[in-house]
Amino acid sequence: MDLIELLRECFSNLALNKLRTGLAILGIVIGIGSVIALVSIGQGSQKQVETQIQSLGANLLTVIPGGQNSGAVRGASGGGTSLTLEDALGILSSSQITTVKSVSPESSRRLQAVAGKNNTNTQVIGVYPLYAEIRKINLASGSFISQRDVDSLTKVAVLGATAASDLFGDSDPVGQNLRLNGQTFKIIGVAESKGGTGFNNADDAIYVPLSTAQKQLFGTNYLSTIAVEAKSKELMTQAQNEVGYYLLSRHHLSDPTNADFSIFSQNDILSAASQVTGTFTTLLSGIAAISLLVGGIGIMNIMFVTVTERTREIGLRKSLGAKKKLIITQFLFEAAILTFIGGVIGLIFGVSVSFILSKTLSFPFAVSFPSVFLAVGVSGIIGLVFGWYPAKKASDLPPIVALRYE
Amino acid sequence: MIKLSRVTKIYQTDLVETIALNDVSFNVAKNEFVAIMGPSGSGKSTLMHILGALDQPTSGDYFLDGQNVSRLSDDQLAEIRNRKIGFIFQSFNLLPRTTALKNVTLPMIYAGIDRHERQIRAEKYLKMVGLSDRMFHLSNQLSGGQQQRVAIARGLAMNPVLLLADEPTGNIASDQAAEILKIFCQLNDSGHAIIMITHEPDIAQYAKRVIVLRDGKIVEDKKNHHRLWT
Repeated sequence: MDLIELLRECFSNLALNKLRTGLAILGIVIGIGSVIALVSIGQGSQKQVETQIQSLGANLLTVIPGGQNSGAVRGASGGGTSLTLEDALGILSSSQITTVKSVSPESSRRLQAVAGKNNTNTQVIGVYPLYAEIRKINLASGSFISQRDVDSLTKVAVLGATAASDLFGDSDPVGQNLRLNGQTFKIIGVAESKGGTGFNNADDAIYVPLSTAQKQLFGTNYLSTIAVEAKSKELMTQAQNEVGYYLLSRHHLSDPTNADFSIFSQNDILSAASQVTGTFTTLLSGIAAISLLVGGIGIMNIMFVTVTERTREIGLRKSLGAKKKLIITQFLFEAAILTFIGGVIGLIFGVSVSFILSKTLSFPFAVSFPSVFLAVGVSGIIGLVFGWYPAKKASDLPPIVALRYE
Repeated sequence: MIKLSRVTKIYQTDLVETIALNDVSFNVAKNEFVAIMGPSGSGKSTLMHILGALDQPTSGDYFLDGQNVSRLSDDQLAEIRNRKIGFIFQSFNLLPRTTALKNVTLPMIYAGIDRHERQIRAEKYLKMVGLSDRMFHLSNQLSGGQQQRVAIARGLAMNPVLLLADEPTGNIASDQAAEILKIFCQLNDSGHAIIMITHEPDIAQYAKRVIVLRDGKIVEDKKNHHRLWT
């Protein structure tokens, strides 16, 4: 019996019992598809978290008050009294610092904002005009805080997307007024949504001139943050060092361990975030492993049952002169065909499911090839082994015993 | 053509030793039609398995067409079954949901006969058993008698030296059974050796020779003078 003959025989056998063949393929499709879908959903979300963090600004250093040695009791973040506007302007103008592109001094507090009947508790941030560039804020309408606003302490405000919808609903806030601490601010712009969620939501914020914030709202001369943009990603470490030593000398400190400020780079945040997403990956690998196991057992069952069911047929074929090797080869081929068809459909199924989910839940679409290989490989091997094993067992039986098998 | 010489078959279970065939010897010539009879437990099924190269004797020799079958490997036995023996089972044993034609071609596939030749031969034998209008019916769409005729055509497909029938009419209505036996007689007349296992004396009446087994031994071996078919 040559190969073409054998394949023809296999296909006609598979076509013979379409329900049985369909169920076997379905088992393989679910087994492979679910693993691929789960893993790629996980990797999509991981990628999304990474891009969100990147979008905060990749070349950004954040200087905040308070030392990194956490032995002493420290005030709440933002309440520190070690960073001043002069520190920030000094970083920009110092001749010792060569790697910094721009600096944004910031001072923020949570305040109650009121507009008409609506009010919301939100982050009020006093900013310089450079803030928009460094923090990658794009305006949906109106304009951002200008240097003139800062210089003349005007009471103007730019709303983040969430703050705007909280206070004004669907109507355009530009040109309207809102009240902060009993003072009236004129709204000059609304920012585009940055899509942030949870803590530190950049959309849930109101921007006002730094001078206005410090003198009129917070009553402080200190900054809660200095954001420093390095000239390039490669210069981040150098910039961190330059800024650190500059601030130490400005604050008359000689020992870096006594520093009254801390500098975080976006890399620190990225590595923290990648730890989070790493946990995510571990979780998903666990889920994938379980679904691989469940899918594998499903495939195992269906192959085992369908082949065992055909013990009589194997007995008949043997009594008509089929040699053992030929029967095993035939069943192995049938298992291979089933696994191949099921594998291809499962692959398409898994990829489409993750594609559709990524569109509806709006996260990036990612298919990882190792997970595809793992899913297809493991399920394929299980399919082959459990197609082959009962066929071997049945063909080892004397034909008369196999013929009487119930 | 068939020669059994002192064939003994012993089944060994844990403690019990069952002697299914005890020192059985007989010959069957080329144009014979033999019925093997006996009550259940007489060893006739065991004999049929040995004659069909489905099982091997514990001791003794079985020569089929000059070849000693009792000393062959599994694959060699498969080859003997394929080329020298045509089986007709009580329960037909056709492939389910498969056309009559395909069922008849099955042993020829294993013999490596090419597709075109298989088709021609299968049609010829199906015509011979009177099923030329049922070639493309699925096996489960046929009556018991028709299924058994497909099985006969399948048994003939490799033009074997021996047709071996195990209770061929056991699952068939009696009018159709007569039809099957008539086919056997015609095949025998055209030169096929037939050995038929049965426990029904009526059925055995169609054979030329009747061997009766009891407790694994031949107790009677005689020519049938009251043959129904002449």
